Amino acid sequence: MTATTPAGGTLDMVNRPGPHPLTRRSIVNQPEPANQDDARRVVLVSAGLSQPSSTRLLGDRLAEATVAALADQGVRATVETVELRDHAHAIMDAMLTGFASGDLAHVIEQVTHADALVLVTPLFTTTYSGLFKSFVDILDKDSLVGMPVLLGATGGTPRHSLALEYGLRPLFTYLRADVATTTVFAATDDWAEAGGSAGTLPERVRRAGRELARTVASRDARPSAAAGTAAPFSGTPSFEDMLGGLAG
Amino acid sequence: MQYGIFTVSDVTTDPTTGRTPDDTERVRNILTIAKHADEAGLDVFATGEHHNPPFVASSPTTMLGYLAGVTKNITLSTATTLITTNDPVRIAEEYAMLQVISDGRMDLMLGRGNTGPVYPWFGQDIRQGINLAIENYALVRRLWTEDVVDWQGKFRTPLQGFTSTPRPLDGVPPFVWHGSIRSPEIAEQAAYYGDGFLHNNIFWPMEHTKQMVAFYRQRFEHYGHGRADQAIVGLGGQVFVRKDSQKAWDEFRPYFDNAPVYGHGPSMEDFTRETPLTVGSPQQVIDRYAAFREDVGDYQRQLFLVDHAGLPLKTVLEQIDILAEEIVPVLRAEADKHRPEGVPSNPPSHADLVAKAQAAGEATGLHVVGEDRWTGRRAEDDAETAGVVTR
Repeated sequence: MTATTPAGGTLDMVNRPGPHPLTRRSIVNQPEPANQDDARRVVLVSAGLSQPSSTRLLGDRLAEATVAALADQGVRATVETVELRDHAHAIMDAMLTGFASGDLAHVIEQVTHADALVLVTPLFTTTYSGLFKSFVDILDKDSLVGMPVLLGATGGTPRHSLALEYGLRPLFTYLRADVATTTVFAATDDWAEAGGSAGTLPERVRRAGRELARTVASRDARPSAAAGTAAPFSGTPSFEDMLGGLAG
Repeated sequence: MQYGIFTVSDVTTDPTTGRTPDDTERVRNILTIAKHADEAGLDVFATGEHHNPPFVASSPTTMLGYLAGVTKNITLSTATTLITTNDPVRIAEEYAMLQVISDGRMDLMLGRGNTGPVYPWFGQDIRQGINLAIENYALVRRLWTEDVVDWQGKFRTPLQGFTSTPRPLDGVPPFVWHGSIRSPEIAEQAAYYGDGFLHNNIFWPMEHTKQMVAFYRQRFEHYGHGRADQAIVGLGGQVFVRKDSQKAWDEFRPYFDNAPVYGHGPSMEDFTRETPLTVGSPQQVIDRYAAFREDVGDYQRQLFLVDHAGLPLKTVLEQIDILAEEIVPVLRAEADKHRPEGVPSNPPSHADLVAKAQAAGEATGLHVVGEDRWTGRRAEDDAETAGVVTR
């Protein structure tokens, strides 16, 4: 698990050299961070395929903006990163067999028990990548209900920026996630900070991070996945309730 | 501890020869397989129920009724009978008939089915799957335990003064299991009634099975049927065995790679690691299956899928022989060795259920309804009336 402590809120990472934000790391191969007190767990899910990936870069910036905005409100947060590419074969196996196994099962636990999700995908032929959608498809349809979600996407030209609104947002609305109003699309030119009426990329990233942070800060920290498995079927209605429901 | 086989009745092309049996051949092969399992000494044969190709087993009680006549010892069961889309009245009637014909050498396992269109084909709504299972089974039980039933529910035409016949053998209904992979509501249902719970985990990791069975056991105890470890549990399984492990892998791989459900997906290496599928020598199967009790507790029924994915009949019969001769005796001895005091070794047989009912003062012995209890008329009355009219 890649645990990032608040980095002082700096977002000027565009020109930062070095491998840090680009290193692909599977969260399951990392030691568990001690999730002290009520630090919020922001899970970044990136469907970027290339390495280095501009999608992952956008995701890192969104996650850091969220952590920084939370820090401004006195709320501590950590970031865990999932690269879907690492689980691509397992995701397709899960599609075909109906169950997720091994590392992927662990990833699903991490994602569905997060305090907030930052979800980023490249746009392929006008919408989310197949890998991204396949991952969403293997999640239980109720597992993201109420989940604070921030959406981001990358593409070649700004002409596709609305794909976030017509492609991704309805998907997460269907899953009844709590999707931040601002979504962040980064076209290739955005990395040159060209800006526009909607503001430069760093401005949009900061705005989105603040929105997600507001939602997260207004809630209690959620129990981690490990704590949540104690009574896996505790929500099952009693038999009397099920039979009684039919009598009415 | 019971060990047996179950069939899903798929008609699948043998990938090594390109040959596909027709429906008639496949049905007859299943009968041969069941008879062979009986002769080899396995404890259970169970058939699935499906209403769409490539499956042929649409009429379980017809098949099992025949098998009751041509087998001697094996318990005949279903994996599973569709409690959602069958008329519960027909389930009560057909399985009571099977119980009488087989002299109690049967039980049934109920499931909701896994093919969406079966619901609309039979006039039901898949979104009501759980509710159908709950309501329909409640009616089946009443039809078996009460001679005359007045009933009204959500899903079926009401009944007034209805008597399901034949009445259950010795006044004791067949033992029932409830099968579910994903739905804890069904484990809850099984626990409520003190019925058996089947987790047919052939495509699932043991971690999931373990949680589901633990939930059922805990609720079984909650409803006062006994200790959690006394609940009646069955598991699915899947094996392909040869004396030489590598030969088993080589022979089974083309069937695995092209099988319905998991074919063209995960590798056989991954799938054998994640699910109960075990390909190898008898000892490897023994090692794997003897350890399941550590995950789910001491259980009462282990079923194996051995006849799917286009495997030829000859191979299936060989697999049954290996199971019966080299695997089951060792597994049974292992299970007996570890089972704690008070935990049943088998699911209740008909004789067990009769003894239990007699102890509770409930058994009615030979049950003959001489007259229609609703109208008070006897068959003779109708015959006399008919005679008068004719004259």
